[in-house]
Amino acid sequence: MSTKKNSIQSFFSALPKNIFSGFVVSLIALPLGLGLAMASEAPPISGIIAAVVGGLLVSIFGGSHVTISGPGNGLVGVLLVAITTLGIQGAYAAIICSGVLLVLLGFLRMGKLADFFPSSAIQGMLAAIGLIILGKQFHIMLGNKLSLDGSVAYLLAIPETIQGVFTYADPGLTFAAVSGVLSLAIMVFYSKIRNQYLQLIPAPMWIVLLSIGFSYYCEVVLQQPNPISAMYMISGIPSANQIVAEIPVPSFSGIGSLSFWTSVLALTLIASIESLLSIKAVDKLDPQKRRSNVNRDLKALGLATVGSGFLGGLNVVTVIARSSVNVNNGGSNRSANFMHALFLVIFIVLFSAQLTRIPLPALMAILVYTGYKLASPALVRKIFSVGKEQLLIFFTTLLATLFIDLITGIIAGLIITFMIHVLVNKGASVFIRNFLKPNVLMFQEKESGNYYVSVKHFCSFLNFYKLKQKLEDVPEDKDVVIDFSMCQFVDHTVMENISGYQDVFARRGGNFEVIGLDLHGTDSKHPFALRKLIPGLTKRSGALTKRQLTLQEISKDFNLQYQAEKSEDVRFLDGFKYFSTKKIERIYNRLFNTENTFKLFDINYSEGEFIAKEDVRTTMLHIKLNGVVPGFTLDQEGFLEKVSAFAGFKDIAIENHSDFSKRFYLRGEDPVAIQAFFTDNLVLFFESNPYYHIESNGTSVLVYSKERVAGVKEIKNLHDFGKRLQTELLVCAQNPG
Amino acid sequence: MNQKKFSTIGIGVTFSPNLKANICQSARLALLFKASLVLIHIGEASKEKSATFASYLAPFSKDGLVAKVVFSPGEPVGAILESVKQKGIDLLILGALQRENFLKYYIGSIARKITRKASCSVMLLINPSIEPLPCKHIVVNGLEDEKTPATISAAFFVAEALSSEKITIVEEVYNTDIGNVQDDKSLRKSTLLKEKISRREDSRIQKILEDIPQKHKENKQVGTQPIFGKRGYSIGHYAQVVRADLLVMNAPKASVFWDRLFPHDLEHILTELPTDILIVQ
Repeated sequence: MSTKKNSIQSFFSALPKNIFSGFVVSLIALPLGLGLAMASEAPPISGIIAAVVGGLLVSIFGGSHVTISGPGNGLVGVLLVAITTLGIQGAYAAIICSGVLLVLLGFLRMGKLADFFPSSAIQGMLAAIGLIILGKQFHIMLGNKLSLDGSVAYLLAIPETIQGVFTYADPGLTFAAVSGVLSLAIMVFYSKIRNQYLQLIPAPMWIVLLSIGFSYYCEVVLQQPNPISAMYMISGIPSANQIVAEIPVPSFSGIGSLSFWTSVLALTLIASIESLLSIKAVDKLDPQKRRSNVNRDLKALGLATVGSGFLGGLNVVTVIARSSVNVNNGGSNRSANFMHALFLVIFIVLFSAQLTRIPLPALMAILVYTGYKLASPALVRKIFSVGKEQLLIFFTTLLATLFIDLITGIIAGLIITFMIHVLVNKGASVFIRNFLKPNVLMFQEKESGNYYVSVKHFCSFLNFYKLKQKLEDVPEDKDVVIDFSMCQFVDHTVMENISGYQDVFARRGGNFEVIGLDLHGTDSKHPFALRKLIPGLTKRSGALTKRQLTLQEISKDFNLQYQAEKSEDVRFLDGFKYFSTKKIERIYNRLFNTENTFKLFDINYSEGEFIAKEDVRTTMLHIKLNGVVPGFTLDQEGFLEKVSAFAGFKDIAIENHSDFSKRFYLRGEDPVAIQAFFTDNLVLFFESNPYYHIESNGTSVLVYSKERVAGVKEIKNLHDFGKRLQTELLVCAQNPG
Repeated sequence: MNQKKFSTIGIGVTFSPNLKANICQSARLALLFKASLVLIHIGEASKEKSATFASYLAPFSKDGLVAKVVFSPGEPVGAILESVKQKGIDLLILGALQRENFLKYYIGSIARKITRKASCSVMLLINPSIEPLPCKHIVVNGLEDEKTPATISAAFFVAEALSSEKITIVEEVYNTDIGNVQDDKSLRKSTLLKEKISRREDSRIQKILEDIPQKHKENKQVGTQPIFGKRGYSIGHYAQVVRADLLVMNAPKASVFWDRLFPHDLEHILTELPTDILIVQ
């Protein structure tokens, strides 16, 4: 097995990098683990235990490649509730149960679970968690330990605490506050200072190192006790021996109570959502462009959570910040996760005594910064730019989470999102009628090998998983065209996810194009705004789709002008037999040169009327020729239906080009003129180029390929073909015969 | 292979705005298939009604159409099915409405019941027209099913009669066959499997095509297309995407209670007819 040998070889050659990367990650994992555990009011060491157990088990059994697992910030809020209501030992039991549920989710292939939540609702939930963390730890950061009821009360007390800082009687408290503020400053400004030596150690570790250094400085050089109040030092970090000797026994006594299972459910929900979102995000960062097996990862995370719960640790989830640090430092496989756990063990064994020298406010500053990042005003601005309705979803979820609890919050988010969708569509019928229908069709187009995906009815968070299932089946180095023209409504969650796919395909050498959205109306200019097809839309809303923006861009490369607006002036298409049985509604997305002799455009026409009416949207190229060419239609042999208006005319054979005659169907009213016009060069040109349907009305030619709107890549091909055809035809028109 | 021809065409008629179009369309089909036509009207016989039917049929009778009208009062589903048996009808044409919304649901549900229970082939017309419309592209299912060869053969027969130019045989590949894609490894596996299934399906279809009489295959573009979707539903979606004029499908297996609870196959297509549909028994 040479491939196996190779993979072992490459594993070992990548090992040094992964060891280093694991080391750097452990530098953040240590303070974060301590901090997150303390924020949850669990023993500080429980966070480290979760990171160690998670790192060891997930790296062995997991299905992702560069992720790091450990205690997650999303769980702080839920763990806080669990520990206050169930007690720490009851909480361990809840953690174990949620681990079992996670394993079950993995076996049931519920890796798609996270797709069922609207992205604005998830953002709102995460922001609420951020505020819970920030609200609680802010006071400790400024040396003001409080015990209030409810996370909102903590937030409201922030101004008081800030005022209180200047009136501390005890200098120990002032020093505590100073260490907190300095640490926060390090967190904020660290990323702004680009110095390679400074960046070698992550910001949280700088805080740890500086505060331990300061503590030793006081003790050894100044020969006086640490000025920071002893109340505000980390306490209760056991030595390695103690950890092993004092493994807590989980208490399953509350297993019959409702509050126990609410906690289990909330823990499972948040743990799976946080992990799945993180895995998805980290996959985009992976330089080797691998795809993670999320279900296998869920199983491993569940197993690790069970183990962690029995050993006195918190839930294990996949964590985005630590994972990204891993990628940045050259982590390339799961051994980095393993190493991060090993280094944590080494730290605890060697330095557990030193860790008690870290002031609490400094540690909490790290969490305050994390909380702020989750709920930053920039995030709110971003959501607002997508649309006002997204902001409503965001705040509904956020407030419900803050005032009631997490599960209520996410349910409120779901309900408000659905209600908004119903309002936007002026009724729920489109959802109710089509919810259960399989609305996604995928097939590989025979001629091009492109994957074509058509979505019907509506596509929102409710049924995105169906689309996702199809898209997952496509290798990312292929070309995909996704067509929403039969879809009445596409929501923000789908748009955002689609954009994610576009990134992944672009990175892996494929091409992912979205068509059929140009006629959908939007409220905002954001590319992720929800879109609704408005029948008989007369005035298009201002926002350009991604396709339109790209068209605008390529128009410059081609020295063409671009106009997205529709135009009713379609007289130039009059002479074409193709349109003799069709009604042209409008043309739009026009790319044209200054003389208006070369035009690429999307066209909307209809066949039939009333109930038999069929709307067609396609992309065409129109070239005006100076010389006079005979009227003809050239088709790939077999596409008879496109030119039924020509019925009755025979295929015109060109002498000495039997292959051409076999492959193409050439028809027209004046066979002699056409035979004279088709010179050897022209025949060779058609033979050696991709098939297009070409029709000439005597003064200009029309080139098109499919009865659907072309993707940007297809437009480029069409443009290139048209340019060369134009030269070729002009030569023929000037030298007939 | 014995080519089942349609010798007697039946059509259920009601006095709806579509009446004339329905009659014209089915009369045209009867002429093309060289079959006789039976109009089944649910209701009492009356001179007026007979006169109306006769006036609509007159132009076709000139061309040699043999048509008769049956009046059968009673419960529509039972009455139509009874006439089908009595008159030896082997193709029943029903006018359908493109979307069954609230008001028109009643008609839709009758058509659906008949479709489910009929012992003969059923054609559902979504846009019957007074003037002849060309039927250019026929899409037919290529499911792995004992009925499929007969269905494909019927599709070719119809294509010949309607002088259609293009037939596409659609093979539906189901998710259960290609396994779950979870990571790169399973993706590679599933992509290979997909190709293999496509090839296997293609050769199966080619075998069926060999049995089709040569004269039905002439002058036609015959293509195959594997699609990935939900069985029985996605073919309708496909027909809509490629703007087919007629969709030919196998008759459903006898429906059991379970199927009513969880609509499947044909049921989905019947709720939103993408094109005219021929269900071959």
